[in-house]
Amino acid sequence: MTSLPSSSAAPAVAKLAAAAAAPGHDAQAEVEAEAYERTHVHGVYEAIAPHFSATRHKPWPAVASFLQAQHPGSVGLDVGCGNGKYLRENPAVFMLGSDRSAALVALARSRLGRSEEPDAAVAATTTTNAAAGSGVEFSHESGAAISDVLVADGLSLPFRDRAVDFAICVAVVHHLSTRARRQEAIRQLLRCVKTGEAPSGQVLVYVWALEQGNSRRGWDEGGEQDLLVPWVLKSTSQTQQSRTLRRGLDNPTTAKQDAVVANKSGEPPAPTMPAGDGPAAGTGGVGHTDPVVFQRYYHLYRKGELEEDVLAAGGVVITSGYERDNWWTVAANEAPPSQSEK
Amino acid sequence: MKVLTLNFLTCAVKTCKASNDSFPLHPKDAELAKDGVEINPQLLVNVLPRIDWTALRTTSTELGFPALPEQPPTAEDLTSDEKMLQELHTLLLETQMLEGKLVCGHCGHEYAVREGIANFLLPSHLV
Ligand SMILES: [Zn+2]
Repeated sequence: MTSLPSSSAAPAVAKLAAAAAAPGHDAQAEVEAEAYERTHVHGVYEAIAPHFSATRHKPWPAVASFLQAQHPGSVGLDVGCGNGKYLRENPAVFMLGSDRSAALVALARSRLGRSEEPDAAVAATTTTNAAAGSGVEFSHESGAAISDVLVADGLSLPFRDRAVDFAICVAVVHHLSTRARRQEAIRQLLRCVKTGEAPSGQVLVYVWALEQGNSRRGWDEGGEQDLLVPWVLKSTSQTQQSRTLRRGLDNPTTAKQDAVVANKSGEPPAPTMPAGDGPAAGTGGVGHTDPVVFQRYYHLYRKGELEEDVLAAGGVVITSGYERDNWWTVAANEAPPSQSEK
Repeated sequence: MKVLTLNFLTCAVKTCKASNDSFPLHPKDAELAKDGVEINPQLLVNVLPRIDWTALRTTSTELGFPALPEQPPTAEDLTSDEKMLQELHTLLLETQMLEGKLVCGHCGHEYAVREGIANFLLPSHLV
């Protein structure tokens, strides 16, 4: 089996950073960074949505326990909610999920309206992967959920200031191509949550780690942090299904097939397809059995970097940790003066 | 999109957030539907203090529902009055806006709601 290697995104990112640093070119630099992410993040998720969704069932333990700890009647955000797998994790809270991908939000909404887990077959299939350490099963499905979803950009969130009790942002911030944008994403999350005594106003951010010594991806301390990571769609039939699903329909059969390729991190395993650059986010013109390779941009966080970004965003770090190739941190707004005087 | 959701939404344009006119957003050409959702009294009672009641009254009226009282019910009101609890549950969690637009009262931008999903992505000149 040959694995499809990731490739460096460093030159592209350096260009974006240089553009951002050039005096008086802020607006243009933002447009360029946004265009880069449109190609290497948003476009990819729109195209692979159902395939991607089928591999996303098991909550990360740190995320699940954070959600379980929230008080009944709390209101929370899930920014970058994807297929909405966390929206029913704690049925006693009202979750508002948002995602940049309309295709994923449509999938999330259809799941919320269902009275039972639609991909039960998938869940059964993927339990074999649980042995590899995927965490607890996706559960708590009963009746239509009270949570809700919408399409929004993480850098322009439509939520009013200080409105919610908590927020989660899982596997999202690492898709932003400049440090300023990653910090702005965290600043936006902090803006939406309350300021007050713990546990009020906490924000959980979860990102891919550079230090992945135990994974076969080969990334570790000191390595390249800005990468293009391939996602392989096996055939045009899946691409066609992804188009169908974009219109809000569902197809559990596809989900079942795709679930087999999920490995412990939820990322696709080393594909057996021939390596190649492939279209970045393109479709069309591919043969019947040709795999389509999508290149997703990632910034791999090194140890301590997420905490630095929280501070730069004006927040404070409550706690943080490492969980299976990911760094996470729980952040909050600075406590009000009355509290620190205690 | 639920009425409760609308109570947490404002305009996505950064310069609008400071303006009182950007909240709540105003529904336009709204097509509504009612979804059956199991009632959870404790959740409703706990969510109540998180709601901007003035904004909810505006939204409710704009969607064509009877006027809500000026003051929000207390937790005691809700737990002792089953009818009130049910009405609030229906308004907040069961009423869905399926189609239409949400309009910012400050900049006038209209956000589309289609198939129950509001889209807050901005054209590049507004980001
Ligand atoms: Zn506005």
